[in-house]
Amino acid sequence: MTSSQPALRVTGLAKSFIVHAQGGLSLPVLRGVSLAVSPGECLALVGPSGAGKSTLLRSLYGNYRADSGSIRVRQDDEWTELVGAEPRTVLDVRHRTMGFVSQFLRVIPRVSAVDVVAEPLRRRGTDPFEARQRAEFLLAMLGIPPRLWALPPATFSGGEQQRVNIARSLIVDYPILLLDEPTASLDAANRDGVVELICQRRDAGAAIVGIFHDTDVRDAVATRVHEVLPPSSIPPASLAGVSA
Amino acid sequence: MPDTTIQDTSPQDGAYNYGYLDEQTKRMIRRAILKAVAVPGYQVPFGGREMPLPYGWGTGGIQVTAAIIGREDTLKVIDQGADDTTNAVSIRRFFARVAQVATTTHTAEATIIQTRHRVPETPLTDGQILVFQVPIPEPLRMLEPRETETRTLHALSEYGVMQVSLYESIARHGRIAKTYNYPVMVNGRYIMSPSPIPKFDNPKLDRSPALQLYGAGREKRIYAVPPHTPVKSLDFDDHPFEIETWTESCALCGSTESFLDEMIVDDTGKRLFVCSDTDYCESRR
Amino acid sequence: MSAPLLSARGVGKRFGGRVACHDVSFDLWRGEVLGIVGESGSGKTTLLNCLAGRLLPDSGSVTYETKSAGSVDVHRLSEARRRLLARTEWGFVNQDAREGLRMGVSAGANIGERLMAVGARHYGEIRGQAADWMTRVEIDVERLDDRPNTYSGGMRQRLQIARNLVSNPRLVFMDEPTGGLDVSVQARLLDLLRGLVEGLHLSVVLVTHDLGVARLLTHRLMVMQGGTVVEQGLTDQVLDDPQHPYTQMLVASILPV
Repeated sequence: MTSSQPALRVTGLAKSFIVHAQGGLSLPVLRGVSLAVSPGECLALVGPSGAGKSTLLRSLYGNYRADSGSIRVRQDDEWTELVGAEPRTVLDVRHRTMGFVSQFLRVIPRVSAVDVVAEPLRRRGTDPFEARQRAEFLLAMLGIPPRLWALPPATFSGGEQQRVNIARSLIVDYPILLLDEPTASLDAANRDGVVELICQRRDAGAAIVGIFHDTDVRDAVATRVHEVLPPSSIPPASLAGVSA
Repeated sequence: MPDTTIQDTSPQDGAYNYGYLDEQTKRMIRRAILKAVAVPGYQVPFGGREMPLPYGWGTGGIQVTAAIIGREDTLKVIDQGADDTTNAVSIRRFFARVAQVATTTHTAEATIIQTRHRVPETPLTDGQILVFQVPIPEPLRMLEPRETETRTLHALSEYGVMQVSLYESIARHGRIAKTYNYPVMVNGRYIMSPSPIPKFDNPKLDRSPALQLYGAGREKRIYAVPPHTPVKSLDFDDHPFEIETWTESCALCGSTESFLDEMIVDDTGKRLFVCSDTDYCESRR
Repeated sequence: MSAPLLSARGVGKRFGGRVACHDVSFDLWRGEVLGIVGESGSGKTTLLNCLAGRLLPDSGSVTYETKSAGSVDVHRLSEARRRLLARTEWGFVNQDAREGLRMGVSAGANIGERLMAVGARHYGEIRGQAADWMTRVEIDVERLDDRPNTYSGGMRQRLQIARNLVSNPRLVFMDEPTGGLDVSVQARLLDLLRGLVEGLHLSVVLVTHDLGVARLLTHRLMVMQGGTVVEQGLTDQVLDDPQHPYTQMLVASILPV
């Protein structure tokens, strides 16, 4: 493991939202964000509510479009730039290198929980039977009772859906993981299961960036902390060098 | 083709040109026929004329015959194989009068045979011309109502849809149930309707030494199969084309090889099978 | 991955004085599902028809990378080759299944047509393949000999999909494939389409006005307004972080469930 080489490197990232319904109102959220994460590291994003932690995470995944700056991902021993990249480049990175755990599961009608979980693995060419077995293992580990596995998760409770979502995102050994409040709305027992999974991934060499409101969780998984500040609190002088 | 001139009209019908149609019309039809012969199976549009009989009674066939007939010809006309039906008799008398030709009921003696729904049993020979009366010339019509589209399908040899209809027949009946007007591929290029002849007659079209001309009066189309041209009946590898067979033989001549008509001969429903081709049947008795 | 499967460059089409679509350019790569969204009259269907060679654009070109004959300009092909392409390497799924099916012949004949069109002449094999595809689109094989006019709307749509996919196409054009169906029927169809597209590694150009359908099925989106593409990008990015005023309005108009 070449842990000296980061897996993800962000420099001078800026992101604002323009709301056209309100006369083109511009809401700057991120300015001059720079960070790097190496394999085996778990970087916890901290900062006051509304500082843009979630926006940063989504921008890293390409879900939000950065205005400027650079997000580079180590893939096939090369740097791949995600800011301004072609959709297929971003999809390829998501497919092979970067996983994302969001707070909410986007359910697919009619598809059973076990198939929802197994899908990312299957899509990478893993034998469907093997993918299912791995999915069942993860669901069991996250405390989803077997009687639910064959049901579509649309009717599950919020906590159950979230655990299905975590299982789906962790079934592939992505070298980079982005976690947005993975333990929100989980009870203590289930939270511990998730924490254990994340630590396993980290120790196996995944580079992780996450938002963890629960300080116990953060202390258990994070190796470093990165503070995200609201753009208004950043003095303009400190931005001069990174605005390009 | 025999030379005919404007003066060459029949004595008792001085008002009519020889062969009923005027010379310009005959030339137009002959051009269509030549094109049809040059492109076997291709439907050539022509400017059909009003004839002194209703559509469906052979207006297409009669125009083709009128355009090719000459004084030296001997004409035979059959309707469902018979020389003695009203339609056959009328058409034969018509040409005897307007073209002063000899007529016959014997297949071997005829130079031109105009037919509705049969091919004679007696094998045809070089130099004979078989003129078919055609009700619906377009074999794809039942599957594709748009004329522009059927023309494109022919032009591009896109014939999947024809096979679809045969597939459907097997799916529905367990076999290709089409018994007449059975579609054929002419010279490996055009799918053609052989007119409503029984499929029993289809093999007679293949490489026939006679020239086959098809005339559709209502739809104003002429198409042709030149002598010795391959004509293949469409089928599937596992459902090959087959002709009808009968366990009975003809009650009149005893033939076991000809196409038989079923007749009910009395009030008790007694049934008899007899040859559809009357000339063939008589020649064997 | 040397060349895109389908490339549009500056495609434009007008009907009289009205611009239906204007200056549309994009590349579609193998395995990609591209959604074209926008309100009625935004030029989505016209664009789709131009891409599929069903309409001749007034300007621009559409290039397709064939299986064996290199890349071809769709609109410069002879009609014969374009139609051959359309029934072998391409598929087209209409919103109204009746337009894409032969309503007068059985489901089996509908599915078998493409096979017969390219020379299949063994009834048993054609029927076997048709039955196989019935199963793949979740229609009871018992209904193989029934005509589509005895089918429900959802079944007809699945039959239309089977009829297209039987020839192993690489590129499928879809015009509102789930339009006009009940929500539960839609969900089933979406799930089926998702599985087929992924399993067969199909490339798809999908026209829809339903952003939910777009999110579920597509990788990329093009947003059209008044005949022009106002925004394009990754589907989740366009829907979660829309940039153009029209896209923002479109996304904001979705009723929350």
